[in-house]
Amino acid sequence: MKQLTIISGKGGTGKTTIVGSFAVLAENKVLADCDVDAPDLHLLLHPEIIEREEFKGVKIAVMDKTLCTECGTCAETCRFNAIVLTEESDYTVNPARCEGCGACVFTCPQEALTLQERVSGYAFVSRTKYGTMAHAQLNIAEEASGKLVTAVRENARQAAEQEGCDLILIDGAPGIGCPVIASLTGVDLALIVTEPTMSGLHDLERILDVTRHFGIGSTVCINKYDINVENSKRITEFCRQRGVEVVGNIPYDPVVTEAMVAGMPVVEFSKGGVVSDAIKDVWGCIK
Amino acid sequence: MIISVASGKGGTGKTTVAVNLALALSNTPVQLLDCDVEEPNAHIFLNPAIEETKPAQTLVPKVNYELCDYCGKCAPACEYNALVVVPQKEVMVFPELCHGCGLCSLVCPQDAISEEPREIGVIKKGTSGDGTIDLVYGLLNIGEVMATPLIDQVKAELNPAKTVIIDVPPGTACPVIAAVQGSDYCILVTEPTPFGLYDLKLAVEVLRVLKIPFGIVVNKAGIGDRKVYEYCENVDIPILLEIPHDKRIARCYSEGVPFANKMPEWKERFVKMMSQIEEYVYEQ
Ligand code: SF4
Ligand code: SF4
Ligand code: SF4
Ligand code: SF4
Repeated sequence: MKQLTIISGKGGTGKTTIVGSFAVLAENKVLADCDVDAPDLHLLLHPEIIEREEFKGVKIAVMDKTLCTECGTCAETCRFNAIVLTEESDYTVNPARCEGCGACVFTCPQEALTLQERVSGYAFVSRTKYGTMAHAQLNIAEEASGKLVTAVRENARQAAEQEGCDLILIDGAPGIGCPVIASLTGVDLALIVTEPTMSGLHDLERILDVTRHFGIGSTVCINKYDINVENSKRITEFCRQRGVEVVGNIPYDPVVTEAMVAGMPVVEFSKGGVVSDAIKDVWGCIK
Repeated sequence: MIISVASGKGGTGKTTVAVNLALALSNTPVQLLDCDVEEPNAHIFLNPAIEETKPAQTLVPKVNYELCDYCGKCAPACEYNALVVVPQKEVMVFPELCHGCGLCSLVCPQDAISEEPREIGVIKKGTSGDGTIDLVYGLLNIGEVMATPLIDQVKAELNPAKTVIIDVPPGTACPVIAAVQGSDYCILVTEPTPFGLYDLKLAVEVLRVLKIPFGIVVNKAGIGDRKVYEYCENVDIPILLEIPHDKRIARCYSEGVPFANKMPEWKERFVKMMSQIEEYVYEQ
C-alpha cells in the first residue's frame, strides 16, 4: 500500500483543491484529511459519517475548590502559566493553557487537584462518492493534534486494508510542527504545493528541510504559477538545486473558487478546463 | 494596546494585514511580534536589520546515575511517555516527546533528575528597513514539534509601551491560544469562500472562549460568494475592512512588498480601522 501526503508549508496555497481533485482521479484509494485543526476537504467531498469516535488527547487538571486553601503552590509549579491568580477569582486552572502534565497534582499539599480525561475532538470514518474518507475535527483550544492526525491515519490504513485499496491520499496539516510531522511519518511521497510568492518560497524551503530531515521523498507543484512568473522560475531553479522535481505548474483561474463555492472538486466542476488539465498532468506524473 | 491578527487557516492574508497595519501606524511606536514560529513571514515584508539572535530553549531531564536506583517512579509519572526506565541500565529520555514540565524531577525520590536546556529554535529581534517597526520573531528548529514554548518566549519580548501587533499562527489549537491570549482586540482575516467561512467560524469560537473582542477583515473581496458577509451580519460581527482581490495587491504580496507602501491610500484605511478598534477597546 502506498501513502501520498499533500502538504503546503502554509495553508491557502490550494492544497485541498488538489487533494479534492486527486480524489476524483485516483482509483482504489482511501482519503485522509489530516488537517484536523481546520479541515476543509469535507466541503468538497461531502462525506457521510458512518463512524464517529471520541478522541482523548491530553488530560486536564481539575481543582476542587472545597479542598483548596489558596496556597499558590500549584501556580508556582506550573510551567505553562495555566494556573493564575486573577483579580476576579482565586487560583484557577485555565483549560486553554493546561497541558495536562500533572505537576500541580503532585505538588498540591491539599490534594485539591486531579488529572481528568477530556474529549479533545472527534475522529470520523465516512463514505464519499469517491471512496472511504478518514477525517477529524479537533475541538478548539486543544493540543496534541499530532495524536489525532495519527488516529486519522490509522483509521485510513484500516479502511484501506479492509477494502483492499492500494493507496492512501493524505491532505496534510500546515506548518512544520507536530501535526505536519505526524502527517508525513512513513509516507512514500510528499507532494508540496507552493505558490510563486516570496512567502511561498520561504515556506517551501522550510518544509523541504522537514521532509529531508525525516528522509521522505518530495516533489513540488507550483499553484497559480502565472501570478508571478519570475518567482515561479526562481522556485523551479531552487528545486533543481535541491534535486527536487517540479511536477507541475497550475495556472491561476477563478474557476477554482467557483468550484469551491459549488462544493465540488475542480476537475469535476470544470471538465477540460486549463486548471483541471494541469492537475491531471500532475497526477499523471506522480501516480 | 495589543492587537493580534489571526485566521482560522494560513494563506488568507493575515501577515499582509499585520505588516501593512504596522506600517500604517508609523506615527506611533509599533512593535510587531511574529508568533507564527513554524512559518514566520513578516520579516520577508519588512527586511529588518537583525540586531539580536538568541536561542530559545526548553528544559529536558538529565539523570545522575550516581544517584538513580532504577526505582522506575519517573516513567509512569510522565504524561507524555517521554521516559523509559531500563532496570540497572539507563533512564531513556525522548526529548521530542518531553514537554519540559518538570514533574519527573519532582517525583524522583533519589533527587537523581536535574534539568538541562535544549534548544528548540531561535528568537530574532530587529528593526524594519525604514526604522519604524520593532520586529521580534521566532523560528522553530526543523524536526521540533512544540511551538508553544517558543511562542511564549517571543511574547516575553512584548513591549507594553508600544502599540503591539501580533501575527498569530494559523489554526485553532494551543499555539493560537498562546499567541492570542492577553490581546485587547483580535483582527480575524478571512476570504469570502466556503473554506474561508468554515475556518472563520472555528476562529470565532476560539475568541469567544477567550473573551477577546474581534472584528473581521475580508481579504480578496470579490471572489467566492456572500456567505461570509451573511454570517457576520447574522451573528453581529463587525467587518472592519475589505481588501479587494486586486492584481496590484497580489503582485506586491508575491514580491514580498507591503502593498500600502505602493498604494498610500491604503495607509489611511488601515489607520481608520485602527481608530475604530481603539474606540471600541476604550469604550469597554
Ligand atoms: S496547590 Fe492546591 S491548595 Fe494550593 S492553591 Fe493550588 S490547588 Fe489550592
Ligand atoms: S496539569 Fe500541568 S499544565 Fe495543567 S495546570 Fe497542572 S501543572 Fe499546569
Ligand atoms: S525516579 Fe529517579 S531514581 Fe527512580 S528510576 Fe527515575 S531517575 Fe532513577
Ligand atoms: S519533564 Fe515532564 S514531560 Fe519531560 S520527561 Fe519529565 S515528566 Fe516527562
